[in-house]
Amino acid sequence: MSGVLVVLEQRAGQWNRMSWEALAAGQQLAAETNQPLMAAVVGDGVDALKGELGQKKLARGYAVEHALVKEYTADGYTAALEQLVKKIAPDFVVFPHTYQVRDFAPKLATRFGQGLIADVISFHVDGGKPVFVRQLLQGKLNADYRQTASGPCFVSIQAGAFRADALEAGSTEVEVFAPQIDAAQIRNKPGELFRESAQTVDLSAAPIIVSVGRGIKEKENIGIAEELAQALGAELAASRPICDNGWLPMERQVGSSGQTVSPKLYVAVGISGAIQHLVGMKGSKAIVAINKDENAPIFEVADYGIVGDLFEVVPALTKAIKEAKGI
Amino acid sequence: MKIIVAIKQVPSRDANVKVNAAGKWIEEQDLNYEINEPDAYALEEALQLKEKHGGEVVALCAGPDRVSQTIREALAKGADRAIHIEADDLNALDTLGVAKMLAAAVKAENADLILTGLQSDDLGLGQTGVVMAELLGIPHGTIIMQVEKSDGGIRVKRELEDGWFQHVEMPLPALLTIQSGISKLRYATLMGIKKAKTKEVKRIAASELGGLAEKAVSLDKVYMPHKQKQTQMIGGSPAEAAKTLVEKLKFEVRVI
Ligand SMILES: Cc1cc2nc3c(=O)[nH]c(=O)nc-3n(C[C@H](O)[C@H](O)[C@H](O)COP(=O)(O)OP(=O)(O)OC[C@H]3O[C@@H](n4cnc5c(N)ncnc54)[C@H](O)[C@@H]3O)c2cc1C
Ligand SMILES: Nc1ncnc2c1ncn2[C@@H]1O[C@H](COP(=O)(O)O)[C@@H](O)[C@H]1O
Repeated sequence: MSGVLVVLEQRAGQWNRMSWEALAAGQQLAAETNQPLMAAVVGDGVDALKGELGQKKLARGYAVEHALVKEYTADGYTAALEQLVKKIAPDFVVFPHTYQVRDFAPKLATRFGQGLIADVISFHVDGGKPVFVRQLLQGKLNADYRQTASGPCFVSIQAGAFRADALEAGSTEVEVFAPQIDAAQIRNKPGELFRESAQTVDLSAAPIIVSVGRGIKEKENIGIAEELAQALGAELAASRPICDNGWLPMERQVGSSGQTVSPKLYVAVGISGAIQHLVGMKGSKAIVAINKDENAPIFEVADYGIVGDLFEVVPALTKAIKEAKGI
Repeated sequence: MKIIVAIKQVPSRDANVKVNAAGKWIEEQDLNYEINEPDAYALEEALQLKEKHGGEVVALCAGPDRVSQTIREALAKGADRAIHIEADDLNALDTLGVAKMLAAAVKAENADLILTGLQSDDLGLGQTGVVMAELLGIPHGTIIMQVEKSDGGIRVKRELEDGWFQHVEMPLPALLTIQSGISKLRYATLMGIKKAKTKEVKRIAASELGGLAEKAVSLDKVYMPHKQKQTQMIGGSPAEAAKTLVEKLKFEVRVI
């Protein structure tokens, strides 16, 4: 038993970009544990994707094809991948930590009596065995995890943790694997994907964004962030809880379930910096964080930080900007 | 509908956490705890489903003595009864161990629906619910925003990435992991708080549930993250800090 198997994600013939980051993590894991790297794609009629997979440097590629995995269901994917993992018997099965992976990978791991080491940000090999690092308490702490059982070790990789451009090109044979799946095994009936609201605010075009988080406490207080935004000539955005509460419209939400932005300047006001928020804004050219907790994870990505009470700092900042601009 | 809601007690969001002396977990003394945020929404969803369709809501919580407080709050909000799995040290278990215990405790209940939060604020594993569903042999849905009864089962709205959603139908019994912020949470009423005292809390020792099996995954060490980015921390009074920042925005970021 050996090898690192990376399970790539596609939907309707389109790769999920995080797949390549997971493959980069798998490539590093394979190199450091001295094992062959393999990758699999699940679907039906995924010829174009097979072609792309064949251009990566792998010991082998697999296309897990069956009419019953054309559309994603946890039951279908788990049945298919359980058979592939049994056949290959890899030491490691690596996934991108996507919503889809969250939906089926724990189920798959359970079938093997394993736990999924989820949302991993890095790893190092210690005594021949990898130690995986993941975050606790919404990014406030890091923790080292290790597989203690024998059998395949299931790991999912956090968005942005590994660089897809580190992937080596090559020429790989892609083998078709046809799992046995019975329609009766699939209990969920998935519907079409849909979007809710027409987006009228395109935050991705804004050069400056002032974004508010739960530190603002009440809807009535959003005004002070609005004034800062006005002084800076910025768009107003928010973390998810602010939009969930209806304090700002959903279309102003930044993060994994909202918009992805990369303005010249992003000012995070009372935002803790959970990974789901960070993925939406960490590409910003400059980030300012204002937070009363000096250990808030938002400071991890900030270029400029002010530790303090936003109710004092933000009005002072608005005033200073107005003075500087002479308005 | 008989609904079980798994609720976990976690350190409160703005707790100032410190790594403990052993470097294996956080310092628990002087820490405030609260219900895991998505679990509060799972409970709310369960209570609303009961109001619509009738039935019973049972709160399920594994943890040490201190979780009694969270259980009482769930009862005060309207859960009919609770199951407390007495586990002094949850860290002695991995996900599979916790999920096995939770699944064993509810198996005999034969509930129609089991709700969990989509992820815990402390461990952030995001998988206990899915593992429970697999152990119980029932279908599941994750990151659920809405639940409706349909012919022969339920129809749920699942959140996908980048603002996409999907409806999924599944038969009952089923397990759903609930997303935060999907409704408005109710407060416990005075009457509710009074009534909670008379409601049943069944206590089961963790050892009775065979959850103390060997771990598949272990947490070896907890530590503060090493800073990767050079952050210029700006000190001084709010006015001074504002002034310094404006200089930076003018001459370094060039947006003023
Ligand atoms: C599947 C999934 C998808 C998600 N998608 C998104 C998404 O797209 N976007 C998103 O943002 N989140 C998303 N989340 C939620 C995310 O995990 C966090 O819960 C959320 O980002 C937290 O928002 P926050 O930082 O505003 O609040 P909190 O985490 O509560 O942070 C509030 C911060 O304010 C600070 N603060 C409090 N008072 C003051 C004060 N007076 N002065 C200064 N600072 C103060 C605190 O120190 C704290 O750091 C998602 C979660 C999941 C599980
Ligand atoms: N000790 C526990 N007691 C009750 N429910 C739990 C416990 N641990 C996890 N859960 C449930 O499982 C969900 C996901 O947790 P996790 O897999 O740790 O992210 C939580 O939101 C809870 O609903």
